[in-house]
Amino acid sequence: MNKREGSALTGLKVIWLKEMQDYAGNIRMIILMLLIILTAGASMYVAAQTLRSFVGEDSFMLLNLFTISQDPIPSFLSFISFLVPLTGIALGFDAINSEFQNRTLGRVLSQPIYRDVLLFGKALGAVSALAIILLALWLLVIGCAMLFLGVPPSGEQIARAFAFYVVTLLYALLWYLVGMMFSIIFRQSAVSALVAIALWLFFMIFWPMISQLLAYAFGGGDSFQTAKLEVVLGRISPYRLYTESALAILNPSTRSLGVVLFSQLQGAIMGSALPFGQSMLLIWPHFTAFMATIILLFAIAYVLFQRKEIRM
Amino acid sequence: MGNEIVLSVSHLSKQYRKGVKAVDDLSFSLKEGEIFGLLGPNGSGKTTTILMLLGLLESTEGTVEVLGHNPFRTPLVVKRQVGYMPDAIGFYEYMTAYENLDYTARFLGLDANEREKRIKASIAKMRLTDRMHDKVKTYSHGMKRRLGLAELLVKEPRIAILDEPTQGLDPQSIREFLSLITSLRDSEGMTFLLSSHQLDEVQSVCDRVGLFSRGKLISFGSVDALGEEHFGKEVLIDLQAEGKDDLELLLKKQKGVIGVDRQGDNHYLVTASEDIRPILAQQVFSAGCNLTSLEMKKHSLNEIYQLAYKEASNE
Repeated sequence: MNKREGSALTGLKVIWLKEMQDYAGNIRMIILMLLIILTAGASMYVAAQTLRSFVGEDSFMLLNLFTISQDPIPSFLSFISFLVPLTGIALGFDAINSEFQNRTLGRVLSQPIYRDVLLFGKALGAVSALAIILLALWLLVIGCAMLFLGVPPSGEQIARAFAFYVVTLLYALLWYLVGMMFSIIFRQSAVSALVAIALWLFFMIFWPMISQLLAYAFGGGDSFQTAKLEVVLGRISPYRLYTESALAILNPSTRSLGVVLFSQLQGAIMGSALPFGQSMLLIWPHFTAFMATIILLFAIAYVLFQRKEIRM
Repeated sequence: MGNEIVLSVSHLSKQYRKGVKAVDDLSFSLKEGEIFGLLGPNGSGKTTTILMLLGLLESTEGTVEVLGHNPFRTPLVVKRQVGYMPDAIGFYEYMTAYENLDYTARFLGLDANEREKRIKASIAKMRLTDRMHDKVKTYSHGMKRRLGLAELLVKEPRIAILDEPTQGLDPQSIREFLSLITSLRDSEGMTFLLSSHQLDEVQSVCDRVGLFSRGKLISFGSVDALGEEHFGKEVLIDLQAEGKDDLELLLKKQKGVIGVDRQGDNHYLVTASEDIRPILAQQVFSAGCNLTSLEMKKHSLNEIYQLAYKEASNE
């Protein structure tokens, strides 16, 4: 078996930095960022106005900022769960096919790099861009919370907010990889964008309905079994995984994300907050599912790209 | 031209999954400092061959050795020493020419000063200095081709592979581009492999050519040798002389003349068994005519290709 000569990561830094630079000046990124800041700002403002009257009564003030809504403006979490996949797709839908369309792929791959480095570099560039964007947003929220509410967040709130940041980043990365995968499959970027958006809409809007129907059909008439099946099927959707994870992190009183029997609630103090570690345990399967899906998507994209013919 | 073999291909074949054989039992080699033309119509397997030479495509059978390395097993070593200009060359249009070249130069692991020195020198050679900080989207097709060659020079490669380098260029730009290639070979000692379907344009700069048809190399050698191989030792002599109307009859009587084709009032195309220009000149002077032009015409590569293709089809 012949071993690769040189580092497998030769040229990774060059591609990574170029991708980051591209995203920084990308008009579609700027528009999406403005949209996120505008909508998030509005929901934050409304939440802060509502929370002002409860200052001192709630020990998780900062976290409430993410989840509280007031008609007609949805919560920060709702906006984020809607716009983050869109941002991921916007970064990924033309990651590879644009190189074909611009006829730059042959030029780049004839440089002393391995082919897979291009894919790694692009993914790394996107993760970095997403991480910076979300970090900026995260810091903005915490800063605004301190400004509006006048109360510094506790260590646990910061830890929970950070966990929310990590889960949101994974969610964005997942949709980025979906976009990137389609950008390898389809030569036209318009097609890859449409397919990725269609898949996102399917999981967000249609899959909850379909999973309910399937659960009724295969639940065998037992309501407990039907409910359990509906939960299992529903969690195939990344949107549900994300919203459940966010709920468990941002709302410490969440004790379970599945179907709970009354017998299981015996002795529980209703409404009391779970420690941070317990909340993390609650979302551990979700976190694992995210990681597995991300690895799977990247592996599929990797295989497809390695098998792709380079000529235009 | 040196004697060192820098690139050799032996029984190379590529069959795609759908069963299409793009390259079939290809064998040839290139010497250092040579300009070699891989010529043939579109779809004849030229680009597939080039991609295999660069290690960007794995062969089904056969071996490739570039500067002593297998490009598929040790691609980084090969890619460091081989420059490639694709047929459909593209640049990041939103970046300037300098930025585009700097991006690919970074892959070579050069420090910033060295990169700047090489990029500026290459751009100057391609006469793009005054436009190097302009965005590539403002460049014409010909300028992009020259920029592609500049990018190749930044690498300072030992071998340059140019896929359809003259495609989409006007005749003047083609002449300029080809003269750039010969001057680079002379000044830098680079070995060139050109692929083209525009046979006559490229033949002028090639030391040797390989004629491609349906993935097979149907003929290989210098243009003169190929002419001789397919047309025999016959030569065409273009003669122009004033002063006598029946010069055609006189020429026909000469030993070694196979035929005379009158092209105009004082213009004759003589087919001879060998180069008999001195004898013809003497006869023209003896007949009291004024010789205005006498030159040997070569069979064009297009004619050679047509014949070679016909012969290969008949086999």
